[in-house]
Amino acid sequence: MAKKKNKKKKVKVSAKEVKGQLGKKKESAREKMIGQTIGYRYDVNLLPDYKRLTPFLKKYIEHMGWDDLNWLEDVHMGYEEDRPAVFDRNANGWVTIPKKIKLPNNQQDRDMIARELLVKFQMSPNHPLVDLKKAYRKF
Amino acid sequence: MANLKTAEKKTKAQSMGMHTETLTGKTQQKFFNPDEAENFFYWGTFDVDFNKRTNLDVKDLDCKQANGKIDELMSQGYGTIVIKNPQGKHSLGVGILNKLNLIFEGSLGYFGVGSIDGPIVRVNGRVGWSCAENMMAGKVVIEKNAGSCFGAAIRGGDLICKGSVGARTGIDQKGGTIIIGGDAGAFTGFMMQRGRIVILGDVGINLGDSMYDGTIYVGGKIGSFGSDAVESPMTKDDIDWLKRKLKVAEIGENFDVSKMTKVVAGKKLWNYDALEPTEKKGAI
Repeated sequence: MAKKKNKKKKVKVSAKEVKGQLGKKKESAREKMIGQTIGYRYDVNLLPDYKRLTPFLKKYIEHMGWDDLNWLEDVHMGYEEDRPAVFDRNANGWVTIPKKIKLPNNQQDRDMIARELLVKFQMSPNHPLVDLKKAYRKF
Repeated sequence: MANLKTAEKKTKAQSMGMHTETLTGKTQQKFFNPDEAENFFYWGTFDVDFNKRTNLDVKDLDCKQANGKIDELMSQGYGTIVIKNPQGKHSLGVGILNKLNLIFEGSLGYFGVGSIDGPIVRVNGRVGWSCAENMMAGKVVIEKNAGSCFGAAIRGGDLICKGSVGARTGIDQKGGTIIIGGDAGAFTGFMMQRGRIVILGDVGINLGDSMYDGTIYVGGKIGSFGSDAVESPMTKDDIDWLKRKLKVAEIGENFDVSKMTKVVAGKKLWNYDALEPTEKKGAI
């Protein structure tokens, strides 16, 4: 009797797509290490990849006289109301990314966009704290 | 309380693998404006020039007068201010929300350069308790030793002490990086929630006690681990980051970071996984 050939189709998994995406079946290295899923909206310990800096962020770092991303190292893209969002510590709330902004399918690139948008938002005269400052500023 | 749905259609955030649960509920509904103009300073602060330099002698000023004078100089566009004769005064250089080069020629008392957001500060002497408490952004370099609660509750930026520091360094840390060139005291990283602490020397007892998250790197001996602080393997990312950061910190450039001990939260005290997804939402 002729043997049936059981050729299994190889399924290619793109490591780039899975990396850094929480909630997928494949756990992140840190999740594997601690044996639990990460309860945050992102991996707070993810270190930024400086090769992915946006031109705006390069300009911001230069303007401030810093050597690196400084406080922005702790800024990541999270989600709110099922939409990508960034936490603004000054306003103590999540700021949502508009639908028209296309986001890359990579956490490092998404984080860089989050950082750029957050700086622009915080420095804007339309930031919610501006009205509070105008009303309550003491000096 | 938000609702938990089992909708088949994936949202944008879900399809990107950012989360699996579906949440709805209260939100501030603030949206980014992608057309926002480029602007690098907060409303109400000053666009200063680093090349415009001045000296300020605070020998006969109290802390409120000295801080008011720094504000006045920034409003005139001075981007580099050298403070003469700080004489260990308390609460100097606090609440600066500007880009600025601030140099103290001497030592500071307690709560120096607290709640700053942006400036680059250099202290040529020592600092007392709670230096850079609640720091938001910027870089602070202390040339000598620092007291207890160094970088208490910092949220961002780089805080560097080239000498040794007292107990409870980085207590309640919520972000940013603290780098110590010498030794650190007991309860370093007590209740830290985020961010990174790097100690090139030895550290006292109860390191990272009740830490919730974040990372501590130690180059020397560890007195003892605190509750729920555990050792973790060093990765290539850790080594690369440490090399780069120590260069930024102007210390330990030639230090062999691969031999450092990495300490993280054991997460035994975590109860996130027992929470409803809606409760997780508020627990950031």
